Order: sequence, then structure tokens, then C-alpha cells
Amino acid sequence: MTMLDTPLTGRIEGPAGPAHSADHAHASPTPIGFWIYLMSDCIIFGCLFATYAVLGYGYAGGPAPHDLFEPGFVAWETALLLFSSITFGIAMLRAEAHDLKGTTLWLIVTGLLGLGFIAMEIYEFNHLIHIGAGPDRSAFLSSFFVLVGTHGLHVTGGLIWLVTLTIQLNWKGLTSANMQRLSTLSMFWHFLDLVWIGVFSFVYLVRLV
Amino acid sequence: MSDHAHSHGTMGRLMVGFGLAAFLTIIPFALVMMEVDLPRNWLVGIIMGLGAVQIIVHLVYFLHINSSVEEGWTMAATVFSVVILGIVLAGSLWVMHNMNENMMPMHEMSPTMEMPGSSHGHEGHTPVDDPAATPAEPGTQG
Repeated sequence: MTMLDTPLTGRIEGPAGPAHSADHAHASPTPIGFWIYLMSDCIIFGCLFATYAVLGYGYAGGPAPHDLFEPGFVAWETALLLFSSITFGIAMLRAEAHDLKGTTLWLIVTGLLGLGFIAMEIYEFNHLIHIGAGPDRSAFLSSFFVLVGTHGLHVTGGLIWLVTLTIQLNWKGLTSANMQRLSTLSMFWHFLDLVWIGVFSFVYLVRLV
Repeated sequence: MSDHAHSHGTMGRLMVGFGLAAFLTIIPFALVMMEVDLPRNWLVGIIMGLGAVQIIVHLVYFLHINSSVEEGWTMAATVFSVVILGIVLAGSLWVMHNMNENMMPMHEMSPTMEMPGSSHGHEGHTPVDDPAATPAEPGTQG
């Protein structure tokens, strides 16, 4: 008897249990479950992108992208996030090599890069609000703040998770449970970098040409 | 969990992904920052196209998506959400575009259609595109 019920339940227990799971990529339902969460998150971001696409030209007599966006600033944010994706990848490889010190080091580097990204975003938001281009100024700015702010909140959540997990790793070691957590956070972190591609292309660059 | 079963790739693969991602990021930023002289539609198309390619690069090299992970269920979930995204994005733009095209501009609205207390309510506007509704009085608005 093979997987009849669902792809999730079939492999944990039951007739198709452990003996059957040897040739599968995962013994745990966590990766597929988390992936489905990420896809639902992706649809949330899609709705916010659609909102920006529809409302992004409603300036209400206020500032337009040309007046507000600085491509050089966005390039630095993008670089920070892309480098943090790479350093997380290296941390993941160190963890697979059972190198706790290396893993911790690269996770800290990842966290600092992520923190730099968030700091730049807070600076940008603060600056925009200060010059009177806050989310209450126009439909364009409302949709901009909601979309970019939602991404920023996700990165902040990822940072909290990253700090917690780094402490956990150094407390309990590279156990199989911690490896699972690390690889789940890795998915989350790479996913946020993926969403940012849409943000810098569609929210910033396209509106500056 | 078996370390070998769920591989996160190798350093070489990570660096290939990084190289591609950096390349695909630098081009659109360079196009905008160097104010390259191309038609606007071209630039928008290039930026969006490179963004889409980079998303695929991230999925393959960083998130390790392929049709064999979880017996294809990861891929199925991804394809499903891409379809939903397409419907939401294209549908929103299409519907809102049609609405904007067909919406009567505010200044052509009949007074009876406006909210009570509206500043136009007492100015005696008549609908310009429906003269039959108020035959006694010719259109007066500018």
C-alpha cells in the first residue's frame, strides 16, 4: 500500500511509514507544510503587488516615484539582502558539515546584513514621512508603504527567528530537530529575498524609467 | 532527518546562483541609474523580464525546487500559487482598467447620483450624456 490519503500523512505513520520513507527526500512533513505556508504568503504579497499596480498612479497631487525613489539607495538594500541570502546558504552548508562554529559565524553575518537592510528601510520610511510623503498622502504612497512594510515586517520576523535559532543551536547543538529548524528558516529567508526581487523591479525600478 | 536526503546543494552551486543573481540584479539597476536611452516600454519589459528570470534562479539555486522534491508536491504547490498570482494580478489590472475606462467622470455626474451634502448638489448640473432625462432644461455645466 502506498500513499493513498495525502502526501503529508502518508509518510509519518501508518502502512507506508518509516520503512517506506527511506527513498523519500523527507521523513518529516515540515518542509512541505512550510512550503505551503510560504506559497500562501506569496499570494498575500501578490495581492499587495496587485494593489500597488492598481493604485500606484494615484498621486492625489502629491509626490511621484521620480521625486521620492533613489535607485542607488535601493541597490544597497538589494545587495544587503542578496548577500544575506548567500551567507545563509554558506551557514547551511557549514551545518551540514557539522561545523557549529562556522554555522554560528555565518548566521551572525546573515543577521547583521538583515539588520542593515531593516535599518535602511526604517531610515527610508522615516525620511518619507518626515518630508510629508507618508502613507496618508496618496493612494500611491499607501500601497507603497503597505507592500514594502509587509516585506520589512517579514524580514524583522526572520531576524527574531534567526537570533532565537542561533541561541538554540549553541545550546543544544546541531541536532536533527535543530537542522530541521535551520532548513525551514533557510526557506523563509531565501523566500524573502525572492519577494524583494519583485519589490525592487516592480515598485522601484520600473517607476523610475 | 537524513543529512544526505535533503541536500542544500554545494558551495559551487551556491556560487553559481549568486553569480547569476548578481548579474540579473546589476543589469536593471545599471539601466535605470545610467539612464540608458531606450524606449520606455523596452526598459519596463527588460526589467520585469530579468526580475522573472531571477525569481526562477532563486527557486532553483537557493530554494532547490525541482519536480522530484516531495514527489512533486512542492512543485505542484508552487505552480498552483503562480496560477493564483496570475489570476489576481492580471484580473485586478484588467477589471480596474475597464472600470476606469467606463466610469463616468465626476464632473459629468447627475446631481441625483451624488451623495447628499455634496458641493455640486445645488448647482443644477444636468447629465450631459442623457439629455432625455431632463428635457426641460439644457445642459448647463462646463
